Amino acid sequence: MKKPVSTSSSQTKRAQILRICQRYDNLASALIEVLHDVQEAYGFISEATQREIAGALNITRAEVHGVISFYDDFRTEGAPGTVVRICRGEACQSMGAQGLLAATTNAVKDRARISVEAVYCLGNCALAPAATLNGKLHGRLKGPRLSSLIDEVTK
Amino acid sequence: MRVWIFIPGDSGAVSVGADEVAAQVVELAKASDKKIELKRTGSRGLYWLEPLVEVETPEGRVAYGPVKPEDAGSVFSAMLAGDTGHPLCLGLVEDIDFLKKQNRVMFARVGTIDPLDLHDYQAHGGLEGLKKALATKPADIVEAVADSGLRGRGGAGFPAGIKWRTVAAQEATQKYICCNADEGDSGTFADRMLMEGDPFLLLEGMTIAGLAVGAVQGLIYVRSEYPAATKTLKMAIDIMRDAGWLGEKVGGSRHAFDITVRRGAGSYVCGEESAMLESLEGKRGEVRAKPPIPAISGLFGQPTLVHNVLTLASVPIIVAKGADAYQALGTGRSRGTQAFQLAGNIKQGGLVEVAFGLTIRNLIEDFGDGTASGKPFKCAQLGGPLGAYVNEDMLDTPMDYEALAEAGAMLGHGGVVVFDDGVDMAEMARFAFEFCAIESCGKCTPCRIGSVRGRELMEKVIAGEDRQASIALIKDLCEVMEEGSMCAMGGLTPLPVKSAMKLFPQDFGIAPDETKKGGKNVVAQGT
Repeated sequence: MKKPVSTSSSQTKRAQILRICQRYDNLASALIEVLHDVQEAYGFISEATQREIAGALNITRAEVHGVISFYDDFRTEGAPGTVVRICRGEACQSMGAQGLLAATTNAVKDRARISVEAVYCLGNCALAPAATLNGKLHGRLKGPRLSSLIDEVTK
Repeated sequence: MRVWIFIPGDSGAVSVGADEVAAQVVELAKASDKKIELKRTGSRGLYWLEPLVEVETPEGRVAYGPVKPEDAGSVFSAMLAGDTGHPLCLGLVEDIDFLKKQNRVMFARVGTIDPLDLHDYQAHGGLEGLKKALATKPADIVEAVADSGLRGRGGAGFPAGIKWRTVAAQEATQKYICCNADEGDSGTFADRMLMEGDPFLLLEGMTIAGLAVGAVQGLIYVRSEYPAATKTLKMAIDIMRDAGWLGEKVGGSRHAFDITVRRGAGSYVCGEESAMLESLEGKRGEVRAKPPIPAISGLFGQPTLVHNVLTLASVPIIVAKGADAYQALGTGRSRGTQAFQLAGNIKQGGLVEVAFGLTIRNLIEDFGDGTASGKPFKCAQLGGPLGAYVNEDMLDTPMDYEALAEAGAMLGHGGVVVFDDGVDMAEMARFAFEFCAIESCGKCTPCRIGSVRGRELMEKVIAGEDRQASIALIKDLCEVMEEGSMCAMGGLTPLPVKSAMKLFPQDFGIAPDETKKGGKNVVAQGT
């Protein structure tokens, strides 16, 4: 991922970003959709990419940056291989989410390429505690279930 | 003979293994000599029983649950043999007490039909409201909604009819219907269940709203935490369009209406209506000053009808069955049915749709059957992270807009989060400030700075430093946030803090009488 990008592949990338913008008729109001799609394609939104998007949607780079920095979903750097997002909403807290978050963070602290993040409500409040593992939602994560799920996806 | 088996495809059910169970059923069906049809439905909302597997029998649908993947084989054999003696067999699903005691109006189809089968939808009463609306004068649709007594289900409970009349009265080249599906409150999941389980109902409601107020464009703002709902809605829109119920000529009429889905990006404050409109315009989700209200100047400065998912999902029923039938349900100024959501530390968590009128105790004890941990009940938070806590003594309060407001609490989006006696309310008060600090849009000072200072003060209280002075300062701060914040984010954060302090002073290390001099309660604002 960190390798220098050759000109031809950066042109391909540029073309793809422009295609994503065109998908939304280059509408500035669709910026959030564009950013989601770009992030899905590349894992994060680089500064060069932000420039391309700003040009295509005819808005300033500051506006693109402002939106990226406002919303928690967007990344400007590559994510590690495995992302665990543990819900810290009140419903999940009532079923021990704080302990789960602390224990999971501690359990993976020496493992590279795993990040543990807090989120606020995944809408799975009747099946608390809940978390997502690489985007997949899990419920009833009492006891060691989450760590065995993490082991399964990282082995 | 054909055997119909139903397994939810709802993301809650899938989070506890419904897909794995379904995959096994598919394999077992291949090996069976019987012809098996598997239908993926929404969830019935009996989440403690998920994955809940049902089989069609001459008497009705028989349910089994919670079915773990390793139980799939034995449950499958029991279903084919008609063996109701299986340990996971729950009998007829309609007879399960939790469901039997409900009055499912909005959620009548959720969990029973294939969410993306338009024929299934129509066979169960779908599109009747829209067909009737197409034959009704727009002004009469608006009046039907007003007469029904429908109030916004997002949180503030504002009368829907007034919004509709205001938008309808505006002269504008473009008007919008915006559905707020940014269901960020912890303890709520009804919008998600409906979007995943019966998306056509929401689309039908929005289309009727468009006809009534003269809008041709609808947008649904779905939080990014709900990818399954987004996908289902997009597919449902395409199906409705292909069938001619959306597009240039809705149902063959001269009316045009179309709907677009837009994703949020992980911001709680975007559930506030003006922040949502900013986000829909592709901007940072910062709240706007009011006035002007969105009904006059909303999305792109145009008249905009903003409603929660469940408000719009009530519309087809009101139009199809008549305002009187809807108005006949409920109590006082809280009409119709409300989708309550039981969550957190509760034995039987899930969706309870009933006419207004039952008490908090009915919900927690009769439906929820007490705490999941089996430890004593301590409190419940009503209406999400900005809602008040209630204790044992308040459980006989009716769950309607007025009674809760009088008790210093709020209904919000109908979420009830239960806590057992293991919870430390000082920590929950600290968390309320912390959450506000994390999610504040930053536009106004009381919310942006007040939340940080509030968290710091609560940390001092918890550490036992300057306790009296810190609590006095917190009370003062709460008043500033209530009176000075631009929206409910900062304005209502004091509600959980003050209620926790008032009801559980011992958790704050203070004597009960020291909390009497709290600021006044604010009434819900915004949507």
